[in-house]
Amino acid sequence: MEDLSSSSQHSSLRASWAIQRRVIGALLMREVLTRFGRHNIGFLWLFVEPMLFTLGVTALWTLAKLGHGSNLPIVAFAITGYSSVLLWRNMPGRCIGAIGPNLALMYHRHVKVIDIFASRLLLEGAGATISFVVLGLFFCAIGWINPPEDIGKVLLAWFMLAWFGCSLALLMGALSEQSELIEKLWGPTSYLLFPLSGAAFMVDALPTAAQEFVLMLPMVHGVELLREGYFGSIFKAHYNMAYMAMVCSALSLFGLAKTRQISRTVMPE
Amino acid sequence: MIHIKHVTKRYGTRHGTVTVLDDVNLTVHPGKKVGILGRNGAGKSTIIRLISGAERPSSGQIRREMSVSWPLAFGGAFQGTLTGLDNLRFICRVYGTSADDKIAYVQEFSELGRYLREPVKTYSAGMRARLAFAISMVVEFDCFLIDEIVAVGDNRFHEKCRIELFEKRKDRAMIIVSHDPGYVREHCDHAAVLVKGKLTAFAQVDDAFAFYQEHAAE
Repeated sequence: MEDLSSSSQHSSLRASWAIQRRVIGALLMREVLTRFGRHNIGFLWLFVEPMLFTLGVTALWTLAKLGHGSNLPIVAFAITGYSSVLLWRNMPGRCIGAIGPNLALMYHRHVKVIDIFASRLLLEGAGATISFVVLGLFFCAIGWINPPEDIGKVLLAWFMLAWFGCSLALLMGALSEQSELIEKLWGPTSYLLFPLSGAAFMVDALPTAAQEFVLMLPMVHGVELLREGYFGSIFKAHYNMAYMAMVCSALSLFGLAKTRQISRTVMPE
Repeated sequence: MIHIKHVTKRYGTRHGTVTVLDDVNLTVHPGKKVGILGRNGAGKSTIIRLISGAERPSSGQIRREMSVSWPLAFGGAFQGTLTGLDNLRFICRVYGTSADDKIAYVQEFSELGRYLREPVKTYSAGMRARLAFAISMVVEFDCFLIDEIVAVGDNRFHEKCRIELFEKRKDRAMIIVSHDPGYVREHCDHAAVLVKGKLTAFAQVDDAFAFYQEHAAE
């Protein structure tokens, strides 16, 4: 990759980093403009939309007094659960088929497949995070939930869920360039994964056999840790962060390898 | 300098692999204008995309020792749902230059008026061409890649483009791809001809022209 302003044959890592930052910044603006436009509240939709989702689910679960088998604080339960789903589920959703609408921009050699994925992941991550933080602060302020018991665990869990979302998104996004099946299958798969993801149940409330089964899903570990960070003193969390990290590492590796592979074959429009 | 060494490009299609460029070699010196002649489908756009770095060769090497533009074709390199102005801003961000001081120039050159603030997908071919060319001129390069520049637009527009490229930027290198020998003859120092994926380079444009005529039927 050459730096535009210098005629040197090889640009330094630093120059490459500067170019990458510029490109991702440009793509971020492009995403914000085409997704949210300049009408009504514009880019505020980035986190207002996930907030509305989470609020809706919180309201439903509160009304239904979902039988989660304990005296857990339902609002905190819903916010931690549904925010996690938004984090790991929307990232792959946005990366699948992400290349097509950006093909014309790939005439500019600095614009790479990985930059397109990175800009969309940053945007999804930011939206879900802002929504989670704002709702958490809001419900704390009005006294419907208590502040997190251990903010460190909340941060770690959120980071791990984001990592899981990003690595899955890279892999799915890259695979979707090779096969249309991915786009078709992701919808039903993500829908079916939602009830299994730990968002709507506590692992401890399940029979032992079911616990073993759901703990094979990496995001369940993240949600359990997130809830332990919020209200760990009133339930027993089940998680193994080493396992989750291992799955995320493997997904990241495959995702990056696949991304590299498809970026050799992508043809600008 | 730009060195193209043993570059081959293959595409996988439904009926097997197609070799579009076959062991292509070319060197472009600073300030020199090289024409590449070829009939439709000869691989002219492919070679331009490879030189620009938008696509990578299947084998072989391309070394760019000067800054090289994106392929300046009339209409490409835009995001259709963005406005002309947002496309300008995008490109300025990607190439690390400010957009604010370029808006007036683009507005004037493209003659788009208030349409500059409408999505590019609503533009006519001529409007796209004017915008594309105007935006191409706001980032400076040592070498410009020009793909079938004579295809769109009226005479007045062609004249404006000619002044921008061949008078104001006559010190730059250019690689001009065309099926029109007249255009190449007028503007290029050297020329090469693409026939069936093979590139034959000539020091004299007239020799290239003769070769092109000879192989026109192939």
